[in-house]
Amino acid sequence: MEITLDRVLKNFKKYRYLLFELTKKNIKLKYRRSYLGILWTLLEPILTTFVLTVVFINIRGKKDHAFPVYILTGRLLYSFFSQATKQAMKSIRSNSSMIKKVYVPKYIYPVSDVLSNFIIFLISTVVLFGAMIVFKVQPTKYILYSIIPLLQLLVLSLGMGLILATLAVFFRDMEYLWGVALMLIMYTAAIFYDAGIVSDEWKWIFNANPIFHIILNFRNCVYGHPLDMNALLISSGYSIISLVAGIVLFYKKQDKFILNI
Amino acid sequence: MSREVIRVDNIGMRFNLMEKKVDNLKEFLIKLVKNQIRYQEFWALKNISFTVNKGDRVGILGLNGAGKSTLLKIIAGVLKASEGEITVRGKIAPLLELGAGFDPQYTGAENIYLYGAMLGYPKEFISEKFNEIVEFSEIGDFINVPVKNYSSGMKARLGFSIATIVEPDILILDEVLSVGDAKFKKKSEKRILDMFDKGITVLFVSHSTEQVRRICSRAIILDKGSLIADGPVDEICKLYEEKYIDEIIVKKLKKKKKKKKKSIADTKSAQVNEPASDETGEDTVLGGEASGAAKEDI
Repeated sequence: MEITLDRVLKNFKKYRYLLFELTKKNIKLKYRRSYLGILWTLLEPILTTFVLTVVFINIRGKKDHAFPVYILTGRLLYSFFSQATKQAMKSIRSNSSMIKKVYVPKYIYPVSDVLSNFIIFLISTVVLFGAMIVFKVQPTKYILYSIIPLLQLLVLSLGMGLILATLAVFFRDMEYLWGVALMLIMYTAAIFYDAGIVSDEWKWIFNANPIFHIILNFRNCVYGHPLDMNALLISSGYSIISLVAGIVLFYKKQDKFILNI
Repeated sequence: MSREVIRVDNIGMRFNLMEKKVDNLKEFLIKLVKNQIRYQEFWALKNISFTVNKGDRVGILGLNGAGKSTLLKIIAGVLKASEGEITVRGKIAPLLELGAGFDPQYTGAENIYLYGAMLGYPKEFISEKFNEIVEFSEIGDFINVPVKNYSSGMKARLGFSIATIVEPDILILDEVLSVGDAKFKKKSEKRILDMFDKGITVLFVSHSTEQVRRICSRAIILDKGSLIADGPVDEICKLYEEKYIDEIIVKKLKKKKKKKKKSIADTKSAQVNEPASDETGEDTVLGGEASGAAKEDI
């Protein structure tokens, strides 16, 4: 049976309600057992930003009155990326009982994990707006452009999620490897320091980081600067390549999943 | 009425059995470098071809490991065959391990929507049928309790009610359903029999020729991945009984007797026990078959 675009779309239409249900389930269950419920989405970034501000204020903070906003922008984007990819990576294994019994397009599982994390992330941006008011960062028309880096981040997370989900089926140690990779990505993404403090010979590290340029452009939008076209190009490259690679890899290997879970 | 709904064309299913299971990157790379990755091919199914027309009720007979469940999984779309083609027309309802798709933290009501969505029903349809599902499952007020607090019977009842709310074109049954207590069992059997009357197509896997005779109109026999017989149910069941069930019993009895001869040579007193141990021998054979069936279900 050939995989044609027409058939894929038809199948997606049939199962898009399942995608919605699974996304809803992930969000609902994430906070069901806690007293503060969905409030955690807001509290968590506030608390981590507070800690990071206290720890790193000496590096940059003295000349930046809105240092918490700087941290928050990086921190929010990074934590979405790490949560979404980690969850998507485990999605095939954690839904193995379903996959073995009922036919459902398998990409639904990682995609719903990324989507639910994206919605939680969008809710948590409320904190960012709050911080912008408190620290007097005036939103300009450029804030509207922030949708571009956010979409790039979503595409990147989907792509990475598909790649990792496929790899994790065959190699259980991917979870640990990706944990280490995520830590590297966090430290080299200029979340709590200024990229300017890094000397030129080490600048390539930022180019090797898939989310550095997305965070850079998102900050530009928040602080009222125009988008950096060079960074936009690099981050587009990362997003599109990872999505294409993810789809190709996932489709090639998905029939073997059931034999390995 | 003889519209073709399932066409299985030269299906083969190959499993690569790794001599030693490698499931982490470290080992994989080491073995790759040492050139030690070897697979052993195993064909669970080979050259299977048959067609099923609308309204056929096909029993699939075979010993453990004959490939029955693999065949059902391929037809249900869960597994993809290594070679050959399969065409299925119409909606399939797999009644296998009811309630396996439930999320334990979700309430019964939420799980109705989730499981319904998994089976590919649209939201409006589930909302419309919601009350009917709850009523049929006899869950009552527990519908708003997380499923992890359900008894296994309740889970199976709810699963059955959701899976059968729509009339499928093809029903897949693995062993006969034993859902809930006697009362619910009767009710669920009635629902399935009603579907039979409406000319539904059924694929039924079983070890018991008696059940197959009762339910099916046609039967096939699988042996070590090959289709060896296909025809009307009585004929095939008789063949199966002659060929396999008798054969196993005879084989095992022969073995027992050999052993006994040995032990007789050792001790004379064994002779006294002979008739009794003969009987237990036959018993264990049948018991072995039954427990094997239960295992394959898991």
